[in-house]
Amino acid sequence: MTQHQHGGPDHSEAETPGVGLAPSLIAGAEAAGVAIGDDVPVASSGPKKLGIGAWLAITWLGGWVLLAILAPVLPIPDPTETFPEIARQGPTDGHPLGGDALGRDLLSRIIWGGRASFAVGFGAVAVGLAIGGLLGLVTGFFRGKTDAIITPLMSLLLAIPQFVLALSLVTVLASSDDVSSVRRIGVVIIGLGVVSIPILGRITRANTLSWSEREFVTAARAMGARSWRIMFRDVLPNVVPAMLSIALLGVGVAIIAEGGLSVFGVGVQLPTPSWGNIIAEARGQLRTAPHIVMFTSIVLFLTVLALNYLGDVISQRFEVREGQL
Amino acid sequence: MSAPTAPGGAPGGATTAPGTDPILVVDGLATTFASPRGEVRAVDGVSLSIQRGRTLGLVGESGSGKSVLSRSIMGLLPGTASRTGSISFEGVDLSDWGDNEYRSMWGTEMAMIFQDPMTALNPVMKVGKQITESLRFHLDMDKSTAKETAVELLRSVRIPEPEKRFGTYPHKMSGGMRQRVVIAVALACGPKLLFADEPTTALDVTVQAQVLDLLGEQQRERFMAMILVTHDLGVVAGRAHDIAVMYAGRIVETAPTARLFASMKMPYTEALLSAIPKLSDAPHTKLVAIGGRPPDLVNPPQGCAFAPRCPYARDRCLEEAPVLRATDDDPSHRFACHYPVDSEQTIEIKDRLTAARLIAERNTEADDGR
Repeated sequence: MTQHQHGGPDHSEAETPGVGLAPSLIAGAEAAGVAIGDDVPVASSGPKKLGIGAWLAITWLGGWVLLAILAPVLPIPDPTETFPEIARQGPTDGHPLGGDALGRDLLSRIIWGGRASFAVGFGAVAVGLAIGGLLGLVTGFFRGKTDAIITPLMSLLLAIPQFVLALSLVTVLASSDDVSSVRRIGVVIIGLGVVSIPILGRITRANTLSWSEREFVTAARAMGARSWRIMFRDVLPNVVPAMLSIALLGVGVAIIAEGGLSVFGVGVQLPTPSWGNIIAEARGQLRTAPHIVMFTSIVLFLTVLALNYLGDVISQRFEVREGQL
Repeated sequence: MSAPTAPGGAPGGATTAPGTDPILVVDGLATTFASPRGEVRAVDGVSLSIQRGRTLGLVGESGSGKSVLSRSIMGLLPGTASRTGSISFEGVDLSDWGDNEYRSMWGTEMAMIFQDPMTALNPVMKVGKQITESLRFHLDMDKSTAKETAVELLRSVRIPEPEKRFGTYPHKMSGGMRQRVVIAVALACGPKLLFADEPTTALDVTVQAQVLDLLGEQQRERFMAMILVTHDLGVVAGRAHDIAVMYAGRIVETAPTARLFASMKMPYTEALLSAIPKLSDAPHTKLVAIGGRPPDLVNPPQGCAFAPRCPYARDRCLEEAPVLRATDDDPSHRFACHYPVDSEQTIEIKDRLTAARLIAERNTEADDGR
């Protein structure tokens, strides 16, 4: 949806952070991100210091990643174990976030859900960065025929509605019921990764194009360096900040997109929890047990917010450095 | 000859003395760029030669093709350019060479210093690394030798505390300092031919002389051939052995430096020289500029390219392009002009212009007196 505002098929390389799968959700998160950014004077605290906002974001993210990794050893109930007495109940003793519709401990499900959600988020972006980033780097650096073949293909991929593309990929690759949940997560990662290839590719290409014009690239050539060497040693390190910044936004987008897929029943397979499918599963209980959706959504929202905010911080610091040149 | 001169060391490896065979011979070099409007003839039939240990000053205003000429010889043209004519370096014909052939020459045989030190260094790579990269790549040095050599190089281009500077990033250095680093990078593998493409244009005036002196010193020490590209005749005056003046992609006058300044033939050279402000001028003297603009290189004028801007132009200049010819008394001094500065016809016009100027001056003085 969002990519339509880019206008022409090839010339708009603008980095719109919200390019992605669930525009409305992302737009909300970003609006809030901007508000927080205004409260915390990151820029004025000097180029070396990260603002309070950035530290909060890092702490929040780091905390959840740590919880997700340590889930098996944490003193929490198994996420699939049911306690009939807490079904649809809010926070009680021993179950700080209450239980879900089937009486499973919500805190445990959110922590375990983080595993799947982070795996999907980071995995999909890693796939997109590896393939899209490489393609963008190569097309931006060599231009010519390589560019003439690959870039239109990426534009083509970008022209297909992203969500439909991801949905069909997952449906085709792993829709049957006997698919293991690990395989399903893998397929979701690949599906969302494929969708993110053209977005990350175009941003990498745009940045590579501008950095390749710099005189130091000619200078490296004039010193006898080979093209591939120049591309990886001279151009890539300069493009990385922009890639990283958009990649962080991409992680948030992918986490939310997984939720969207869950609504259609092709996200992470139940009973394995993910933030997306916890919300999707409990959306029928909004009236009777709103806390399920609420707690999960808050965690999801703040996480995506933190990711977006960190992406902004990175791109800001990147601009500062360019200004000093 | 094949082994590059040891960097930072004595001017060893010199097997050719000045006055013997030239290291670089360019004949009839033409470079055109494809553009939507048609072919841009950026370099249009240039011939020159240079020996080791000599400096050639390539002078001309913006758009005269001097930078394109040096990049053409270096083989550093973008894909839209095409090059014809012959180039031979140490007797090897480079005319048909592409990137792959050139790569063995870049850095070790010929190197280039770029105009803007702000963009010629990689902002995210430490200064030392930018020097050691080519040392390790071309000269197969191990890490510690490369570092020692790089520090030595930084010292030789007069960078204070070279050991400390080795580990800093370019943005922590001043423009002059960065240009010294650029020079060190270019000199690292001991090239025999060095192109300096307006090396001081982006620098503060106070630093310009230092950098130029440094270049001259390195050139003498390493016995390199150097092509110094500039728009400022003053820059090359005391530093180049020979000067070639370029206009609209062609060499319009070339001579040994002293000879050129003593008896210039081409009105364009004269105009360039008079555009340099003189210390003896009274304060608030109007700066002299060459009127008009360089010609359109897609549709160059039929006659002499400079004729539309030349105060001494006559009908013949507009119809017939002059060819480069030697002066009667010195074969090394060549120029392309029908009515050189010291010809009867030009002197006549000159006298008339001088008279007109004097009358105008007297009139203004009279006005002021009232």
